[in-house]
Parts: sequence; C-alpha cells; structure tokens
Amino acid sequence: MNLRIFLTGVGGQGTLLASRLLGEAALEAGYSPLVSETHGMAQRGGVVISTVVLGDWQSPIISPGEADVLLGFEMLEAYRALDRCHAGSLAIVNTAVIIPYTVSTGQGRYPDPERLLSLMAGQVGRLLAFDAGALARQAGSQLAVNMVLLGALVAADSLPFSGEDLRQVVQQHTKPRFLEANLAAFRMGWDAARNPGNWRRGGA
Amino acid sequence: MLELLTGQPGERRLLLGNEAIVRGALEAGVALVTTYPGTPASEIGDRCYVISRHRDLAFEYSVNEKAALEVAAGAAAAGWRTMCSMKHVGLNVAADALMTLAYVGVKGGMVIVNADDPSMFSSQNEQDNRFYARLAGIPLLEPANPQEAKEMVAAGFALSEDLGLPVMVRTTTRLSHTRGAVTLGELAPRPGPGRFLKDPFHLVMVPAVARGAHVRLLAKQAQAQARAEASPFNVISGSGPWGVVVNGVPAAYVADALLTLGLEGQVTLLRLGFSHPLPEKLLVDFLRGVQQVLVVEELEPFLEDGIKAIAQAHGLTLPIRGKGEGLFSRLYEFHPALVRQVVAAAFDVPTPAAPVVAPPPEQALPERPPNLCPGCPHRAMYYAIKIALRDLGVEAIFPTDIGCYTLGLLPPLSMADYLICMGSSITTACGISRATGRKVVAFIGDSTFFHAGLTGLANAVHNRHDLLLVILDNGTTAMTGQQPHPGVTLTPPDYPGKPIAIDGVVRALGVERLWVVNPYKYKESLAATKEALQAAGVRVLISQAPCRLYAERLQGRKSRARFQVKGVCAECHHCLEYFGCPAMYLKENGAAQMAIDPDLCSGCAFCGQFCDAIRPVKTG
Repeated sequence: MNLRIFLTGVGGQGTLLASRLLGEAALEAGYSPLVSETHGMAQRGGVVISTVVLGDWQSPIISPGEADVLLGFEMLEAYRALDRCHAGSLAIVNTAVIIPYTVSTGQGRYPDPERLLSLMAGQVGRLLAFDAGALARQAGSQLAVNMVLLGALVAADSLPFSGEDLRQVVQQHTKPRFLEANLAAFRMGWDAARNPGNWRRGGA
Repeated sequence: MLELLTGQPGERRLLLGNEAIVRGALEAGVALVTTYPGTPASEIGDRCYVISRHRDLAFEYSVNEKAALEVAAGAAAAGWRTMCSMKHVGLNVAADALMTLAYVGVKGGMVIVNADDPSMFSSQNEQDNRFYARLAGIPLLEPANPQEAKEMVAAGFALSEDLGLPVMVRTTTRLSHTRGAVTLGELAPRPGPGRFLKDPFHLVMVPAVARGAHVRLLAKQAQAQARAEASPFNVISGSGPWGVVVNGVPAAYVADALLTLGLEGQVTLLRLGFSHPLPEKLLVDFLRGVQQVLVVEELEPFLEDGIKAIAQAHGLTLPIRGKGEGLFSRLYEFHPALVRQVVAAAFDVPTPAAPVVAPPPEQALPERPPNLCPGCPHRAMYYAIKIALRDLGVEAIFPTDIGCYTLGLLPPLSMADYLICMGSSITTACGISRATGRKVVAFIGDSTFFHAGLTGLANAVHNRHDLLLVILDNGTTAMTGQQPHPGVTLTPPDYPGKPIAIDGVVRALGVERLWVVNPYKYKESLAATKEALQAAGVRVLISQAPCRLYAERLQGRKSRARFQVKGVCAECHHCLEYFGCPAMYLKENGAAQMAIDPDLCSGCAFCGQFCDAIRPVKTG
C-alpha cells in the first residue's frame, strides 16, 4: 500500500508525536516509513507540519495535491493545508479552534468554521469533522487531541495496520501516568469516526 | 535518547537523520563529540550529551563552532575518532580553523557534520556549504536518508583516517529531521587515552611548514578522488540515452519521479553520495554513455558546474542541464512534484494530469507566526525599553542578534532593526551609532554573547563607541532547545560545565556602567533602563530571568497563579500596542474589551504591574 499522510496543527498539540507513532506502527507492520518533521517553532504557537509516507515512495515530504490523508489538528490549519489534498483524499479535522495571535490582536479575522468545512467537503473524497478537543478533555487530558485523531484515523479504514496494532504502539510510547487518558482518547476518536453524524462527506 | 545505545545488530529502528548520524558515530567508535547547537543540527549534540552521561563518550557543548572544531581537531591529532556537528552558518564561524586543519590533517578519523537549511526554515541564509569542502580540499559525503546517514558517518571515519583529512558529512534540514527505518550495527568500544606525538614540522603551520603541507593536501585530494571513483556511494543504475545526476535528499524525489513517470530503469541514473572530489573517470564514462544529462541538486549548481568542467576537459559536448538554463531554481528546498515536472519537461515525457487543488478562500487566511511565549522575560524587558523611550521622547535604533528574542521583530514589539549573524548586534551597533549619532540599543542573548559577543564588546569599549547593550540573559540557549552554555544558570541534570558569571565578564572587558535587572520587576527595570538610556559610552544592561518554559520543565511544575481582566477595561489597548502577550485577546472580533485566556496565561504577573484592570485570580 502506498500512502501519504499530511499532519498539521499548532505548536503544543502533539502532531509530531502522532506522526512518529504512525511511523512506529508502520515499521512494526513491516514497512520502511518516512516521517518528516518541522522542528524549532513547536513551543512558540507557530504552525507545525509533519508527514508520514509509506510504501514505494522514497520522498519524505508531500507536494500539493498528493496527500491521501489530511489529519488537521486545528480548523484553520486544516483548511490552510487543503491544497495538499486531491479529489480522493480523506480529511479528518478537529473542529476546535485555536485563535492565532494575529486574530486576537485584531490584525485579521478567523474565518467561519462552518464555511471552511463546507468548502473542504466540496474538495475531498471523505471528510470527518468533530471536536477532538472536547473529546480529549472528556478523556481526561486536553493534550490528548493527537490520540483522539489517531483513533479516528485508524477507524476510518485507511491504514495498512489495525486499530489494535496502533493502540499497542500508543501504549508502548506513553508514560504510565498518561496511559489511561491516552487510551480513552484513542477509543473516543475511534467511536467518533464510527458515528455517521460526524461525516460531512463519505463515511467510514 | 538512550534508545540509541540499545538494540541488537540487525534490528530496525525509526530514527531521525540526526539520530542515525549519532548511531553511526557510536558504531564507528567515536571517542569525542563537540557542537554548538543550531537548527537543524541540534539533536546530534543533544543525543550525544545524554549518551555521554551514561557511557564513556567525551562530549561538550562548545562556546561556538570554532571552539568545537578545534577541540575535535586536537583530540583527533591525539588519535581519537572525533565528530563535530553544526548548522551551515556555524561553519562560517569555524572556517578559519577548517581551512588550515586541512593542511595539518588528522590522525584519528574526524567527521564534520554540517547541516544546510534550504528554504531557511530556521536560518538567516541558505548558503550551500558543499563549497567549503571544495575550498578546504576535504572529502564530502551527502547521504539521502537516515540509513545512509548512519553508513556514511561510519565510512567517513575510516576515510578520514586513510587520507589523514577531516571528512565533511553534509545533511540538509529534510534529512536531519526525517525519521526513517535504520538497521542497527554493532556498537564499537571507545578507545583508551589518546597519544599526541610531537611533530612540529608537520603540525605547526608557520609558512615554511605550510608550503609543504599544501603540497601534501593536494596529494591527499588526488587520493580522495581515487576513493570517490570506487566509492559504493557513487552508483549508476538503469540505462538509456537520458542521464540524471543527483545528490542527497533529491535522490528520493528523482526515484519517485521516475516511478510515477514510468521511467524506472530507462534512465541512466548516477547517484553521487561521495561528491567531492568528483569522480572524474566515473563521470566521463557516464557522460559517454548518454546523450543528455539533467543534474538535480538543491541550492547552487555545485555538481553541475563541476560536471560541465569535466565534460569540457574531455571534449564532450552533450547538453548538461539543470540550473544553468533555469530548469531548476537555485532557491529553496525541492519537493517531489517539482522534480517530477522538471524531469518530465527535460526528457519531453507526458506528466500525469495536474492534481485537484482547492480554490482560494474568499478572504485571506490569518497568519499564525511564531511568537515569544506567554510569560517570556524578553517581552517584559522589551516593554520596559519601549516605555522608557516613550517617556524620554527618544527614538532608538535596535540592532539585534540570533535567538528567541529575534521574534521581537514582530509587531507590536517591533524591537529589531538590523541583523546579520551571531554576535553582529554589538558591532553593527557601533557602526550605526558612529555614522548616525542616534541612540542605539543593541540586543543579544546570553548564549550568543558567549558565542560571538565577547570580542565585539571588547571592540566597542576599546574604540570608545556609544551604545546601550541589553543582554537578554534567560540562562539557557532557548531557541534551539535549551542547551547549556558557559553563562548558564539553568542546566540539565548532572550537567558538569562550570558556569561563568556574565556580569563579571562584562566588567572585565572594561565596561564601567552596568545595570542588572529582573525584567519581571517592572518599576525597577524601567528606572534602570531610563538611566542606562541617558548615559553615554558603552553601557550594558543585563536582563536576568530564566526562560519560563525551561524553568517549568526542569522544575516539573507550573505557576498556578493566573491573571485576568477583572477591573473595568479602559479599552485603551495599551497592552496590545506595547506588550502583545499571546494570552491577551480582543473579546470578540471587532470588540474593544480585552481579555486574558487562562489556558495561555503563564502567571508571570507582569501585565498587572502596568494595568490596574488586570488582577490575579486563584486557580486550582
């Protein structure tokens, strides 16, 4: 299976850990994955992008129009990365909003999330959108948005390994005191993807 | 971090390019590693630091790249295998040492890991450091993926010992920060004490010795070229009249392009991993077997120009294309689709239909630039200086330096007017001040001050310049991941380095007017700033408060205090216009009332000192 996954979010949301865990799960499944990360700005509220590439591809990064999966950790950043998608892409979007500083200081306006979602739904093959931030808090850690989204991704049947495989990788790489919340968040993401009401286009 | 010390030979691990470099060095028996942190090379040093606390490996965060290279050179002269890592502009700092180290040579293998940054993800320029290998006359290895990075570092040590020359391994940001499957080898034991054999008429570069050393260097380059001809890192695959030459990470883009275009095996592909000196015989054979050549390399036409020169010398007139005709740009990082399009255009084959791309949004999307953290001490100091200048009715020019505080460039702080490189704040301030006669306030961080500020400050004092230097001392090298430096007050557990007090250094350099303030104490820092601004000559104000992120991480606890707009917001927007903490926001789009996001507020208590409406609140 050839697969290109593009992850985007805001510093502190755990995009790098999510991409690494996808890579580790792929390695376990016998692939030679490539995981490309942007470093340096993660602590400072900037955009953090990473990619996971599997299969025959040797390039670690993803050109415009070539992501099979877009994992958007934040509404605006997911939309900003829409040009990475093609007509058959699966997009999974956390609808929770993180207001950029330019907006909070009145230099710009945050676009209407519903409008962004409807524009996205018209462009990609499948669109799953839900408030992963709320689920993460419900699971016991607002830092577990990445686990929610990983659970949703594996439930959307686009990965060459099972939910149980990925769950085990999550378990191996989680510190004991976060384990319960992380696994709960993972499960909630899974359930969110199984809820037809969260699909704006296509389905699991 | 210690996972780099575990694992059985043959086991596959998902390693960053930078981690693969460290593993390769450990498998080659490296005895000493030095570095000055810089993105994208930083993880090399950081992993080595942790390993050095658990295994017999000598490691140091050097004061700058020149010191790092020289420490590594000295140990290599004593027979140890040594590695020195840095970002590309770091090699400018170390270049003086590098040029003559090539004359002196090495006994133990020495690998210089140089990380270039095409697209300038975190750098002030995108210079192509392959030219340094040519300028110094040392071999150059360019890995394409983490597995190759590990292999080339290990091979680099052996090559270095065989030739008696340091070897450069050049990565780019994309390789340094890509994880890939790496098959582990055996860790090698570290050797015992090194032995330095006195040999001054080969090792002391006075002119009479250097003249002979240059002759030896040219002879070593001829040997290096012979090694490049036979190197397993220089391989030809496929066949056919179309030739492609590629180095490093772009080799992956070419491989994907040939796959997508259905050209696999139908192009004669030369991958150059050992790319300086160029393997002339191999290239001539390659050029004779094809009708046209496309050279794929990021940044400068380093290979392309070299191959054209070889073709000319052998009377070969086939087209050699790349940057010369503008098929490829000299700007920025490549990506798979870009390379695919150029390959298709160069060989006139059809490309797959252009992918569907989303329409532009109806409004410009708001940007999300990186910012100083909530509670950052730099912002508090910048605020005091802005207010002091406003109160005094003075405008100032702000030469700045390299670190987190460079983000003071952004509005509303707008505290950066001029920047070249590490240490340039102080010296360029001297020139600006002398030429304009205006008030000049220069900013430098503590790590940068030790790296390249000491000489500039001595210069300023000695030549009786007029400037206020603000040393933004947060106790660590924050921007690159909180590495220690000589002035550290915050250190990782067990850090063995001896701290050097900055104020003592400043006084010893002859500075007579010195203020040390805690930037979180607004009234005190404002008063000191006003005094310092009004004084003449070289004055130094040290703003001393720990990097908040790092202090929290080291102590494992966060401040529980939070601040909110509890009084009546006067809607003056002073906080927005002068302070700009990311935790502050306008209540709604277009509204005038300010609010503070309790999830982002760090509890630093600074804003409550300039606005009466902001008060502390208790949190759980």
